[in-house]
Amino acid sequence: MYDFDFEKPSTIAEAVAALADDEAQALGGGQTLIPTLKQRLASPSKLVSLTGIAEMKGVSIADGVLTIGGAATHAEVAADACAPLAALAANIGDPAVRNRGTIGGSLANNDPAACYPSAMLALNATIVTNAREIAADDYFQGMFETALEEGEIITGVRINVPDGANYQKFEQPASRFALVGVFVAKTADGVRVGVTGASEEGAFRWTEAEAALNGNFSADAVPAAPSADGMISDLHGSGAYRAHLVAVLTKRAVAAIG
Amino acid sequence: MPKDSGIGASPKRREDVRFLTGNGNYTDDINVHGQAYVHFLRADVAHATINSINTDAAAAMPGVVKIFTGEDFAEVGGIPCGWGVTDRHGEPQQEPKHPIIAHGKIRHVGEIVAAVVADSLEQARDAAEAIELDVSDLPAVINMKAAAEEGATKVHDDLTSNVCYDWVFGNGEDDAMDAAFASAAHVTTLDLVNNRLVANPMEARVAIGEHNKSSDEYTLYTTSQNPHVIRLLMCAFVLGLPEHKVRVVAPDVGGGFGSKIFHYAEEAFCTHAAKACGRPVKWTSTRSEAFMSDAHGRDHVTTIELALDADNNFTALRTRTHANMGAYLSTFSTSVPTYLHGTLMAGNYKTPLIQVNVKSVFTNTVPVDAYRGAGRPEATYSIERVIDMAARELGVDPIALRRQNFVTEFPYETPVALTYDTGDYHGTMDKLEAAADIAGFAARRAESEKAGKLRGLGVNCYIEACGIAPSNVVGMLGARAGLYDAATVRVNATGSISVFVGAHSHGQGHETAFPQVVAEMIGIDESMVDIVHGDTGRVPFGMGTYGSRSIAVCGSAMVRATEKIINKAKKIAAHLLEASDADIELKDGMFTVAGTDKSIDWGSVTLTAYVPANYPLEELEPGLEETAFYDPANFTYPAGAYACEVEIDPDTGKVTVERFAAADDFGNIINPMIVDGQVHGGIGQGIGQALLENCVYDEDGQLLSASYMDYAMPRAEDVPFYTVDHSSQTPCTHNPLGVKGCGEAGAIGSPPAVVNAVIDALQSGGHKVDHIDMPVSPARVWSAMNG
Repeated sequence: MYDFDFEKPSTIAEAVAALADDEAQALGGGQTLIPTLKQRLASPSKLVSLTGIAEMKGVSIADGVLTIGGAATHAEVAADACAPLAALAANIGDPAVRNRGTIGGSLANNDPAACYPSAMLALNATIVTNAREIAADDYFQGMFETALEEGEIITGVRINVPDGANYQKFEQPASRFALVGVFVAKTADGVRVGVTGASEEGAFRWTEAEAALNGNFSADAVPAAPSADGMISDLHGSGAYRAHLVAVLTKRAVAAIG
Repeated sequence: MPKDSGIGASPKRREDVRFLTGNGNYTDDINVHGQAYVHFLRADVAHATINSINTDAAAAMPGVVKIFTGEDFAEVGGIPCGWGVTDRHGEPQQEPKHPIIAHGKIRHVGEIVAAVVADSLEQARDAAEAIELDVSDLPAVINMKAAAEEGATKVHDDLTSNVCYDWVFGNGEDDAMDAAFASAAHVTTLDLVNNRLVANPMEARVAIGEHNKSSDEYTLYTTSQNPHVIRLLMCAFVLGLPEHKVRVVAPDVGGGFGSKIFHYAEEAFCTHAAKACGRPVKWTSTRSEAFMSDAHGRDHVTTIELALDADNNFTALRTRTHANMGAYLSTFSTSVPTYLHGTLMAGNYKTPLIQVNVKSVFTNTVPVDAYRGAGRPEATYSIERVIDMAARELGVDPIALRRQNFVTEFPYETPVALTYDTGDYHGTMDKLEAAADIAGFAARRAESEKAGKLRGLGVNCYIEACGIAPSNVVGMLGARAGLYDAATVRVNATGSISVFVGAHSHGQGHETAFPQVVAEMIGIDESMVDIVHGDTGRVPFGMGTYGSRSIAVCGSAMVRATEKIINKAKKIAAHLLEASDADIELKDGMFTVAGTDKSIDWGSVTLTAYVPANYPLEELEPGLEETAFYDPANFTYPAGAYACEVEIDPDTGKVTVERFAAADDFGNIINPMIVDGQVHGGIGQGIGQALLENCVYDEDGQLLSASYMDYAMPRAEDVPFYTVDHSSQTPCTHNPLGVKGCGEAGAIGSPPAVVNAVIDALQSGGHKVDHIDMPVSPARVWSAMNG
């Protein structure tokens, strides 16, 4: 990797100040950024670690609201979040990844095959930053694209605990990221279906399935597979296969919620 | 009652203590005083003309010691190919120069274009980015069949085409083959791909070159399966160095699977650069470099045809294969699709007429060479898939069809030049049927179907030619090396023994198994025997470890040397006991005069050999050290039968291996636990090939599966618990231990079992799927199911 400066602030305000420099880059658990640096594919002037900020840590549930600090690791989410999201986090990567990687880092990166984005969409999560609150529907804007401004930090995530939810992940055989992942949630605002891994536009809500499931929450009500247009085709599966999996996994998630 | 020591016992692997406690001494653990580091600038295009390389700016960067380009190696030899294949017209294979650093042209992504030696690795990488490389892209030659056609863009301008050789083998002349197929009652034809693989040993390659200015001696530390072979090739063909001035050390090596047999450019570079720079030079491969510079494996495209008569006897077998050589000929590349593949096309069957045709083809990809099994998995896969398809077409039981065509009398001369010395294919199949509980399959299928899954059973046989090889035979076939091995048994005065063996252990467990043999022969505790391997400065000679040859060839040399030791020790004992050496018996480490109670122990004899005060000096030299070279009389022929049961999730196409049983005939077995482990690992690799692994280039020659993000290695959850049975034993008839070798069997025997099981499962669900190419990924299964 190339040389860079390193800062580890202890407050959000200090982190925001540190990130004001040109070419400064926030560092969460580093599960994507560190390999990128090692391959010399990025050359930030400064890394600002977000893992020393007390106010960005912790996972708690109070009054039906789940609050997750932006620097909470996947392992912490797996231990303390509501069951469906905990199960999702418990199957990200391996123990080393889960004990370093953070939810804020994952959401800021918005890898099209990451697990969390599907859950955030389905759970109608609120992404909390140092500057504002962003609804999940407005946050994800395409592969590796988010609503975050330069220097903006995800300080946490807020979720109303759903009445029922389930995540189904079909793993890409090599990376074990989601070839397709579907998160179905019964929320106060109705049924929501978040899909990751499948679309060239990144995570999305399968609104056709939501409409059908709001009328009849059963696996049989899940519509036929969505169009393969715009679905990812690569070594591991065609767009048609991914579209098919979206329907299969949605049915399984619905069946699991019961 | 299992033995607790010696041949047939299963002592735990002594080497594992250091491996599992982090005390292994791998090449990257070695650091030489004053060493510099090399970073290789590698091609990021597959095929291009190099117009210019300007290193001026890079050379001025901090820490840079020296920068090398192809021009610096223009006068140095290329990396040699160790096997010359003669084509169907009697012409030698086309053999292009294989440069250390690309010179004039780039021929694959990952080829070395320049080498930067600097004080630190980071400085070398920084400087490499300052090298100005000007290239003109050429069309990439990737598809083998297209590459072999007239008028295709040539990978090497100085060759007549991209075809290295067009080779025909077997007893079936064209007319006879045509007649056999024309008169057949049934012909089954199958097109298949043996997928390209990346070996991916846990330890990536490392090389450290060192040059001693006072003695003009070189040392190369390298991750090799055969240090003497590397020394020979590098000295004689590449750098032109006197062999006695070069020491090659291969310390602990973290897996090879064939990929560390070959002589690589980086080894020659570090050796050469050490003198040119006046400093030791170290290179440690990154995993990314390994994907694009380690020799790849397999990569065959084959059409196979099987002819049967009205009674379902095999009457003729014909194959046409395109085999990928990559951009250059790696060390054993040309022998893999020919003499390690064509010669195995008889399989376990008495097919009377066989014709094998192989076109080996140059493409703009990484060189392809031996990978665990090397040619034999490709042969086994083709034969066992086409037999399974024939059984389905004919509506007969696939096991019965195999049994009906088994070779049953030995020795058996195949139509493809081998002589199987011994075997019992029915007996081994009997063991498999029991181990796999074939009888219980129907009930298990019914259970799976209740759960909405498709279940399939796949069975296949395999045979391999191991213990490579009689030097005169392979020499006649084009091998440019002898394939004997050597061992020196050095007995110390106190009776402990060091055995210097030419075989190299990189995971096989030699350090445990080899001493079991010597200890048993003498009747002493195994802890008194160590082997020494992996260092040309210590081991007299050796051809290394590959082709499941170590115990069959080097082990035989070790037995011969130990026999010499025992003979000499008996003479010493006879002198001390005042008897004739013909009357001396050795048992449990005691020399006894037959029929008397006069005896003397091992330690007293060995001490006398080195303190020869009372010694027949006029008849016998002092000391107790013997060397033997062993050149095998034939190959060995391990054979077996494997059974795999899979479940398929029809909604997703995902295949899970539910059960796997292996019955192998390895002849005599030294350490059953180690043999089980070898088979387990081999099956894991075979399941990897069958379901997961795939090395893929795009049409521009970019490696798409260039990391573990896209190259799927098998993991623990991908494989079941195995049932292995090694009780079917027909000892090899021509080596002293009666051993055959076990290292590759699992990888050879398992892929067809898996694919046969997948097809069986799909057919059971009413899906008319005859074949799916490996890897049988969920997406491929789903596509096949959905037409």
